[in-house]
Amino acid sequence: MAKEIEHPTPAVDWETRAYWEGAGRHELVLQRCRDCGTVQHRPRAVCASCLSGAIEHFRASGRGSVYTFTVTHQNQARGFREALPYVMAYVELEEGPRLLTNIVGVEPDAVAIGMPVVADYADAEGGIAIPRFRPA
Amino acid sequence: MSFSGKIALAGVYEHPTRWAPDKTDWQIMAESARGALEDAGLGLDEVDGLLAAGMGMGGMGILQLAEYLNLKPSYVDGTQIGGSSFVAHVNHAAAAIHAGLCQVALILYGSTASSHQVAIGTGGRGGGDAAAGFQAPYGLTTVGGYAMVAMRHMHEYGTTSEQLAEIAVATRRHAGLNPSAKMQRPISIDDVLESRVISAPLHLLDCCIISDGGGALLVTSEERARDLQKKPVRLLGSGEAVWHQEVGSPDLLTIAARQSSEAAFRMAGVGRDAIDLCMIYDSFTITVLVTLENLGFCKPGEGGSFVSGGRIGLGGELPINLDGGGLSSNHPGMRGIFLVIEAVKQLRAECGPRQVEGAEVALVHGTGGLLSTLHSGATLVLGV
Repeated sequence: MAKEIEHPTPAVDWETRAYWEGAGRHELVLQRCRDCGTVQHRPRAVCASCLSGAIEHFRASGRGSVYTFTVTHQNQARGFREALPYVMAYVELEEGPRLLTNIVGVEPDAVAIGMPVVADYADAEGGIAIPRFRPA
Repeated sequence: MSFSGKIALAGVYEHPTRWAPDKTDWQIMAESARGALEDAGLGLDEVDGLLAAGMGMGGMGILQLAEYLNLKPSYVDGTQIGGSSFVAHVNHAAAAIHAGLCQVALILYGSTASSHQVAIGTGGRGGGDAAAGFQAPYGLTTVGGYAMVAMRHMHEYGTTSEQLAEIAVATRRHAGLNPSAKMQRPISIDDVLESRVISAPLHLLDCCIISDGGGALLVTSEERARDLQKKPVRLLGSGEAVWHQEVGSPDLLTIAARQSSEAAFRMAGVGRDAIDLCMIYDSFTITVLVTLENLGFCKPGEGGSFVSGGRIGLGGELPINLDGGGLSSNHPGMRGIFLVIEAVKQLRAECGPRQVEGAEVALVHGTGGLLSTLHSGATLVLGV
């Protein structure tokens, strides 16, 4: 198998810290609006359905299924060009949101839409981690 | 109060260069402006509106452009919504002229993406802010974003790589009829399928080329355009839309084109059956397929069969991208301006061997940004 992706470290600000620090504990953290109940991703200071500021974080199951994916064979960017081919995907979480991620721990040719997956974490500097997914 | 029919494209120019290491982006824009002014029979001193966007133009690039051209416009717009920007600029220029904010608007683009080796589709997409942090760690490339649309379309509807290849083959045939097109040699479905995979399921020949280039448009009132050199091409309808991941629930197969085209058709007061040809942003073959569905020319899921059997080629029922498109003619980073230029030339019957006979109404649709994430759509209905 190809070398693992060296994920660029995301910029973390106060709106997104709970997500990335949760990942650092190997937990997938999502947001829910206390006023209208909407679950949203990516995290932000307000509810994108009703603009309420009453946002709470909760620990999601970390389980989902592949909504769509691509096997990338060309990317000149450092950290990725050494890891070709790699799988980028939207994973649909049990809680609803679809998030962009990588599928790891499986041959790219074996990935399929609908495949059940579970979160897997690549630890990074500063107590955070990058959530990826692997076959459940 | 609609400006339908009251605004016209009075001059257009496509810069013939595809490789210009000896030119700057500004120079290409200025040479294109000269070409469009000559086409219309207008002088630079009559331009009082300036609209542009560029990959290398920063937040205040429109100020630099005004200085470069020694213009003091009363209306400017530097809206940057990706490759569709110039299609949207026509809409903005029309609104400004209709409102009396300017009389003659110049829309410009110039780029040396190719000779400066910009890896547009496969260079990764960086950005250091918190929003980019949800994409950059995963190696999102431009082609990868579109490839995920293609994969989902294949899954839901059984669309095949052969059907996507039909689009590349038809477009290449058109390029062979355009002396300025960069890629002229005819290709077959097998050539597309046998080209290397860039981001599955998209092959090299499913992807647009990278070139240098630029162009210019002149927009004015229909009344004014009637007294100028060329037959005015009237703006019958226009619409814009900006879409995104919908806070976690992106539907990758429904795109901004649905919203922008509904607005454009409503303003134009014509139906899909009135359209003689389409100029559709073809960053990738899949872009054309989902755009045709979202423009309403076929139902969702029917794009694969719709593009097959010669329908979208010259002589077919709905010929598209007669200049050879971004897949084969030119794609200097953003190509929305070329969609409008070719549509205008077709409606003026200036296209020689690639002319759609008797073309009276054309649809232009630009997609900007990245399908599957943030993207924009801008639609025009043009007529003579």
